[in-house]
Amino acid sequence: MNNNYYGWGLPVDISTTGWRVDELIIVIHWVMAVLFVGWFSFLIYSLFRFRSRPGHKAEYHTKHFKTPTVLEVLVAITEVVLLTAFSFPIWHQYTQGLPPAEKALHVKVVAEQFAWNIHYPGPDRVFGKADPKLMSSTNPLGLDPSDPMGTDDVSTINQLHIPVGVPVIAELSSKDVIHSFFLPVMRVKQDAIPGQKISLWFEATKSGEFEIACAQLCGLGHYRMRGFFVVDEKDKFNAWMAEAAHT
Amino acid sequence: MSHDASHGHELPFWRKYIFSVDHKVIGIQYAVTGLLFLFFGFCLMMLMRWQLAYPGQPLPFIGNLFSETAMIGGIMLPEFYNQLGAMHGTIMVFLGVVPLAVGGFGNFVLPLQIGAPDMAFPKLNMVSYWLYFTGGVLMFASFFVPGGAAQSGWTSYAPLSVIASSGQTWWLVGMAFLINSSLLGSINFIVTTVQLRAPGLSFSRLPFFVWSQFVTSFLLLLAFPPLMAAAVLQLMDRLAHTSFFMPSGLVVNGQVLEGFAGGGNAVLWQHLFWFLAHPEVYVLILPAMGIISEIIACNTRKPLYGYKALVWSVVFLGFMSFIVWAHHMYLTGMGPNLSAFFQVTTMIISIPSIVILTTLILSLWGGSIRFTTPMLFALAFLPMFGIGGLTGLPLGLNAADIHLHDTYYVIGHFHYVVAPGTIFALFAGIYHWFPKATGRQMNNFLGKLHFWPSFVLMNFIFMPMLIQGLAGVSRRLYDPMQYAHAQPTQPLNVFISISAWCLGLAQIPFIVNFFWSIFKGKKTDQNPWQATTLEWTAPSPPPHGNFVKEPVVYRGPYEYSVPGQKNDFWPQAMKENN
Repeated sequence: MNNNYYGWGLPVDISTTGWRVDELIIVIHWVMAVLFVGWFSFLIYSLFRFRSRPGHKAEYHTKHFKTPTVLEVLVAITEVVLLTAFSFPIWHQYTQGLPPAEKALHVKVVAEQFAWNIHYPGPDRVFGKADPKLMSSTNPLGLDPSDPMGTDDVSTINQLHIPVGVPVIAELSSKDVIHSFFLPVMRVKQDAIPGQKISLWFEATKSGEFEIACAQLCGLGHYRMRGFFVVDEKDKFNAWMAEAAHT
Repeated sequence: MSHDASHGHELPFWRKYIFSVDHKVIGIQYAVTGLLFLFFGFCLMMLMRWQLAYPGQPLPFIGNLFSETAMIGGIMLPEFYNQLGAMHGTIMVFLGVVPLAVGGFGNFVLPLQIGAPDMAFPKLNMVSYWLYFTGGVLMFASFFVPGGAAQSGWTSYAPLSVIASSGQTWWLVGMAFLINSSLLGSINFIVTTVQLRAPGLSFSRLPFFVWSQFVTSFLLLLAFPPLMAAAVLQLMDRLAHTSFFMPSGLVVNGQVLEGFAGGGNAVLWQHLFWFLAHPEVYVLILPAMGIISEIIACNTRKPLYGYKALVWSVVFLGFMSFIVWAHHMYLTGMGPNLSAFFQVTTMIISIPSIVILTTLILSLWGGSIRFTTPMLFALAFLPMFGIGGLTGLPLGLNAADIHLHDTYYVIGHFHYVVAPGTIFALFAGIYHWFPKATGRQMNNFLGKLHFWPSFVLMNFIFMPMLIQGLAGVSRRLYDPMQYAHAQPTQPLNVFISISAWCLGLAQIPFIVNFFWSIFKGKKTDQNPWQATTLEWTAPSPPPHGNFVKEPVVYRGPYEYSVPGQKNDFWPQAMKENN
C-alpha cells in the first residue's frame, strides 16, 4: 500500500467534497492559534510585570478591561460564521446532497465483526433480497438464491472498488455491533449501526489504492478491521466488476 | 443526637478514622482513595503505552507476571488491551478525578469555607464514601473474573457491551454504587451550602470554590439518575435478555443471536449515557476552576477580576451542559436540523468557558504574584485548559468532526482538559490545603521538582496526539501499525510512551513529599498563605466541629490589598484589620 498518501498532517484528499471539511479544519485552527497566542502572551507578560518583588504592591482596584467584551463578541461572531458559512452547508451537502439515483453507483456496505461486506447490485442495478436467517460463512450477506434480481449481484469482502468521477451512494448497516465506516482519503466517516440503514455518498477524483478503517471500537478485532478501497478509471473498474461477477 | 455522641476523644479508632462521620476525615478518605485510583488508572495506561509504542513485542521485566489471559510470553492480548482502555477511562473519571475533586476537596474544604461545623447529613456523607469504596472494589475485582474486566470502552456502547463477557456486569453494578454515592453526596452539598452558611455569608460573599461545588452538585444530582436507569436497562439486557438496546435481526459471529426479542435501539444507550457524561465533563472541570480561583486570588494578593461574571458563567455553563450531549453522536446518522441544534448549543457553551478563562487570566493584572508550588500548578492550568477548550471547537462543528471523530484528536482534546487541566488543579489544591489538613507544609523544592517535569511531559504526551488525530489515526486501536494511514505517525507513539513513563517517574517527588510532609513537614500556623476565606480562621488541623467559635462574616471572599489597611489580606471573619 502506497504510503505517500499519509503523513503527519491531514491525509491526501481525493474526494469532491473533502476540501470543504479540510478548509473548515484549517480555518478553525487559525482561529484557535490567534486566541491561544493572544491569551498566552498576555499571561506571560502579566506574570513578568506583576511578579512579587520588593517595593511592588498589588492593586485593590484594577482597571476595567473592555477587551474581553470585544473579544467575546468577536468569538461569538466567528462562531456564527463557522456554523452558517461552513458547518451547516457542509453537513447538508454530506447528508442531504445525494446525487440523482440514476447517475450514481449504488452499493451496500454491511459491517460485521471484523470485516466489511460490500454488495453491488450488478448490471440490473437492483439488489437481490437478503435475509439475516440465510447468513452463513459462505453467504455473509444472507442473499436469497431464489430471488432472480440477485443472480447478477456482486459481493466482496473488504474490497470496495469504485470508479473515478462517478458519485457513489452507499447504504451502510451492521450485522452485529456498532462500527464506523471511515475512508480517510475521502473525508468520509459514518457509524454503521445495527438496526439502522444510513445512506451516504461520495465521489472520487483520482485513482489509487487506499483503505477503509473502522473508527468505532467493535471488539477484539477492531484494530484489524481494515478494508481495501480501490479507485479505478471507469474502464478498469468495469473490467473488475465483470470479472467479479463471474467468480 | 448521634453528632453529639461522636464528640470528644473517647471514640474508638474505627469510628474516628474508618467509619467516621466527620467531613474532614471523610474528605481525606475520599482524597487518598481517589489518589490511589488515579495512580492505578495511570499504571493501566502506562501498560497500554507499551503495546502502542512497540506493538506485539514482549513487555520487558514485568511481562511474565501477568496471567495467560492477559499476556502470553509478555505479549499483550487484544482483549487485555481493551480491558485496560475501558478501565483506564472508568477509573480516571469515576474513581479518581471526581472523588478527589468533589468527594475530597468538596468534603474537606466546603464546610470550612462556609463556616459550618460539618456537612448537613454526616451519616449520609459516610454512606456516600462507603458506596464509592464498594464501587471501586467491584471495579478492581472485575479484572479477576472470567473474561476479565469490562472491555467495551468507558462508554460501554450497546450492543457490544450487552454481548460482552461478565466483566461488563461487574462494571454496571460498580457504576450503580458510584452513581448512588454521587447522588447522596450531591444532595448533602446542596443542603449544606444552602442551610449551614455562617452568619453574614450571603451567596454574593461565597468563595468561588463553593459556587463551583454548588453548581457541580446540581449537575451530579440531575445527570446521574438517567445513567442509573440506563445501567439498569443494560443490566436487564445482559441478564434477563430484554432488548432495550438490542435491535432485531442481529447476527453475531455468523450465527443469528438467539434469546433476544429484538426491537430495541442501540443509539438509545448513547443518548442516556451522554446525557450524563457530558455534564460529567463539567463535573470534572468546575471544581478545578473553583480550586484555582482560590489559589490565584491568594497568590496575586488582590481580588479576583470579575467575580460576578465568574459566578454567572459557571451557573450558565452548568445549565447549558444539559443540552449539548448529542455532539458526541454526530455520526450516528443525525440529520441537519438536530445536528444544527447541538452545534449551536455547543458553540454557545464555549462563550462562558472563554469568559471564565479570560477572567482568571485578567485577575493576574495588577497583582503581586507569588510563585508558590500551588500557584505554579494553578497558572499552568490556564493555558492547558485553554488548549483543551480550543481543541473542542473543531469537534463541536460536525463538518470538521467528520474527519476528527473517534481519532486521537479527541483523546488529545479531552486529556488537555482533564490531565494538565483538572489534575493540575487537583495537585494545586493538595499543595494549597495540605497545611490545613495536617498542620504541616509540603516541601517547596520537591513541589517544584514535581511541577516542571510534569508540565513539560504532559505536553509531550498530548500535543502529538492532536497531530495523530489530524492524520486520521483512530482511537482504541490495539495495534496502530495495521493501518497505512497510522504508520507515518508511529514514531510519535514511541515518543508519547516514553514521555508517559517519564511522567510516571516525575510523580515520585510528589509521593515522597506527600508522606514525608505528613510527619516531617514544616509546622504551620492556621493561616500560612495569609488567605482570607473562612477555612483559614480554623485551627490547622481543625478539630471536630471545626471552629473554636462560630465565625461571623463581614465581607466578600477576596479582600486582598485593601487600601488603607495594614495587612494585605482582610479575612472574611475579621471585623477590624490589625
